[in-house]
Amino acid sequence: MHAEFAIEARGLSKDFGKLRAVSSLDLTVPRGQIYGFLGPNGSGKSTTIRMLCGLLTPTTGSATVLDTEIPGDSKLLKPKIGYMTQKFSLFGDLTVFENLQFIAEIYSYPVADRRKRIDELLERYDLVEQHQQLAGTMSGGEKQRLALACAVLHHPELLLLDEPTSAVDPQSRRDFWENLFRLAGAGTTILVSTHYMDEAERCHRLAILDHGVKVADGTPQELQGDTGMNVIEVIADNPYAARGAIHDLEEVASVTQLGIRLRVLIPDSYDDPRELVERALASSNMTASTSMTAATLEDVFVAVTLKPPRKST
Amino acid sequence: MKPLSRIMAIVKKEVRQLRRDRLTFGMVVGLPVIQMLLFGYAINTDVRHLGTAVANQAGTHLSRQFIAELKQTQVVEITDFVETANDLDALLRRGEISIGVFIPRDFDRRVGQQSRAAVQLLVDGTDPTILGVANQLRTMPFGFDSAHRETGAQQLIEVRPFYNPERRSPVNIIPGLMGVILTMTMILFTAVAIVRERERGNLELLINTPLSSTELMVGKVIPYIVIGLLQLALILGVGRLLFDVPVRGSVLDLYLAASAFVAANLALGLLISTAATTQFQAMQMMVFILLPSILLSGFMFPFDGMPTFAQYIGEVLPNTHFIRLTRGIMLRDAALTEMLADLLYLIGFTVIAMIAAALRFTKRLD
Repeated sequence: MHAEFAIEARGLSKDFGKLRAVSSLDLTVPRGQIYGFLGPNGSGKSTTIRMLCGLLTPTTGSATVLDTEIPGDSKLLKPKIGYMTQKFSLFGDLTVFENLQFIAEIYSYPVADRRKRIDELLERYDLVEQHQQLAGTMSGGEKQRLALACAVLHHPELLLLDEPTSAVDPQSRRDFWENLFRLAGAGTTILVSTHYMDEAERCHRLAILDHGVKVADGTPQELQGDTGMNVIEVIADNPYAARGAIHDLEEVASVTQLGIRLRVLIPDSYDDPRELVERALASSNMTASTSMTAATLEDVFVAVTLKPPRKST
Repeated sequence: MKPLSRIMAIVKKEVRQLRRDRLTFGMVVGLPVIQMLLFGYAINTDVRHLGTAVANQAGTHLSRQFIAELKQTQVVEITDFVETANDLDALLRRGEISIGVFIPRDFDRRVGQQSRAAVQLLVDGTDPTILGVANQLRTMPFGFDSAHRETGAQQLIEVRPFYNPERRSPVNIIPGLMGVILTMTMILFTAVAIVRERERGNLELLINTPLSSTELMVGKVIPYIVIGLLQLALILGVGRLLFDVPVRGSVLDLYLAASAFVAANLALGLLISTAATTQFQAMQMMVFILLPSILLSGFMFPFDGMPTFAQYIGEVLPNTHFIRLTRGIMLRDAALTEMLADLLYLIGFTVIAMIAAALRFTKRLD
């Protein structure tokens, strides 16, 4: 019987020596959805993905991945998952076609259908022209398409993608996500890690990781509606000076500059946050306009990764 | 049949990669040929054409005959004729000659007497090899006229070298060199095989597929067994062509022995590969195997002459056993069945090293 969730992790932790890379992570990933891991470098995204596919043994905790227990014999799991590594991991000295052929052989894809499947993938991932090219000589976007084609060749139920778009241009990223939505639409569960906000926003659900701890999870909408912060946008002639005026207010959780705009986060336990900001600006003789605005995912990220007594630059 | 087809997938991939890797491909052919030429021509332990000067104070017919025969050995090359022993001394001191031949006035009488040496060889003793050659010269028979020969035959011991009557080094060196070349190339190829994929990130992909450790190991070894046997053919061919090295025994036996030896080295290379984290480290570890394989295997120095401790180390090395097999098969016309112990050692070594490599290589990153 299929479990309801593709992945269910219970208190997963991983230590590397003294460093706790992942700390008691609970996770439920529904089938057929794109689930995002958002977090900075070193937040434990890769380590979690590697534990989930059996590459790393959890120090404590356990998980059920596609009805297979982790830790345990991950042999049965391998044919059911597709894995795309952060670094390009196909063979640079084999051609595109040879790489696909090799993967098909390794996964024992039925011989009769092999050629058809490879042609299909070349077509789908726009690699027909490059099929005789050595993989190592291709552009970042092409390599990424090949890596995805190889990861999905054997029709995996679960796709684990470790920062798949970190080395490609925005257009390639858009195309890549189109492909992910198509795969999810066909029933594939996708777990993808990223440090791009716009990508995180595209996920059905996402978890924000910080220093190995899951600090928030939910749909992007839920997370944006539930920051516990008011967001005030300030447009100032001299935003950097304005920032200085606001930053030291003890009510202010964070100030982020975006060009001439400032986004000011103030916990919703304070009343009249907008007035608070305006008063601070006026007392420093700043000309600026302020407005209340909805939280973006970036605001969410800033809010949940704030160190609890806030005192930083 | 899934394991088999997966192994074949690895084999195919390795061959394709190898074909595109010009440097490695060049090594397959270049390394054996260069080493053969180096060892065959340059490292020549039998010494010929040693610079020699003669002081012939007798000046008799018999003494001239002696000089003529000395020339014929080709060990000496007579460059100077001088008057006195002091002249020879001077030439030796200046390093112009290696051997001085002093023939005293009463040479003819001494040849007949037997009690006293007839000729004095003044030798440059700084090089022990030359001293050894001179010692051999002393025992060489000189066929003067029949009357003298009878007395001389008793006095002078004839040295007749077996299996290599011409005493040419290549005949002895090349069977051993085969082992050294194969050790070098085979371990080199496989030692970097796994490490390279780890460095390039390929391994993270591979261990996430249904491919098992054993399948990966076996698939990686097979192409190199073929390459090893091709190298063997190359070495035998060049050896025959340039150095006239014979294969007195069965060629099939030689290939069977070589197959076991190649497999043993490949397995050892894989084991190194699982222990090293970078290609450079793998290279460093290879040197630790290669040096004793050259020095302690009986290739450079006679095995029996080594200290017991060194012999123990030598016994562990596959090359030692392979050199015994090749010298036996190629030079003494021995059958493989007469040297089963060495063959079995190589097979056992392969099996143990393969198992150790597969065990060490876990499909995990931690």
